[in-house]
Amino acid sequence: MLAVTTVAVVRVRNLFAVAVLTGIYSFLMATVLLVLDAPDVALTEAAVGAGIGTVLIVGALYLTKTDEARPVHGILLPLVVAAGTAAVLLFGVSDTPPFGDPGNPIHVLGPDYLARSVPETGIPNVVSSVLASYRGFDTLGETVVIFTAGIAVLMLLKRSPRRRRVSPPGAGDPNSPEDEA
Amino acid sequence: MRLDLILRVAAKLILPFMLLFAVYVQFHGDYGAGGGFQAGTIAGAGVILYALVFGLAAAQRIVPLALVETLVPLGVFIYAAVGVAGWLTGGNYLEYNHLAHDTVHGQEWGVFLVELGVFVTVSATMVAIFYAFTGRRRSR
Repeated sequence: MLAVTTVAVVRVRNLFAVAVLTGIYSFLMATVLLVLDAPDVALTEAAVGAGIGTVLIVGALYLTKTDEARPVHGILLPLVVAAGTAAVLLFGVSDTPPFGDPGNPIHVLGPDYLARSVPETGIPNVVSSVLASYRGFDTLGETVVIFTAGIAVLMLLKRSPRRRRVSPPGAGDPNSPEDEA
Repeated sequence: MRLDLILRVAAKLILPFMLLFAVYVQFHGDYGAGGGFQAGTIAGAGVILYALVFGLAAAQRIVPLALVETLVPLGVFIYAAVGVAGWLTGGNYLEYNHLAHDTVHGQEWGVFLVELGVFVTVSATMVAIFYAFTGRRRSR
């Protein structure tokens, strides 16, 4: 079903249908993640991908045309770009540890976290304790990423009212000179 | 959209449960699936649903844009402040061990506050992006 949805997303030219199909794809993906025993990620995927993502795509469609434009290039250039990207990704993957090897870091460190979580933090959900405590600095980075994304979208999309501009602190005022739109 | 009776009644029925579920996911994240990211998205989706059904103006009366734009950096600030609190209590940055009377409770407090920061930033960012998208055509 995932594959069918993906092919449909690529083939269908009506962008409204594509928005709905991406929502369906996200729900299927959440189901897959749930089957893989990752309810935290499944919850995120269902809420972000299927819920808010679809709403934002539809909101963007409201601002533009609802039919996909005809491709301006031939088939060759996209093919080369896709093949190049795939080559780079494969080169990157080639350096990862072998799949299923018991000596992988995930298999060595995982039981350690599982054993330490409850006595050290009192939190039975190890995903939460790793995310917020053992890897707290990474999660701080993630939060800053979301913050940055929000600020960037606001700066791009918001037509700032001249007087009562309520810009978040620390962002400076980079959007005051060039707000023509 | 404003006169669509079924949508409005259904949205009114479902909204309290959405927000309650967000709070549940937030505070139960230590024991079951969930945490700040998930709860923030669900809460943001609640506000977005309200805005979709009842109109942007009604949503912005309840959740004003200024409040949202304050909350986006506030969440990061909470998170970073927990790290500084770790310093002040004699540990490393983001070390929660000394936040309470013993190590385990310190960890629970640290995780709780950090998840709160994540929740605030994520939900506010979702709503802010939605406002930015939908507020565009209206004001033109």
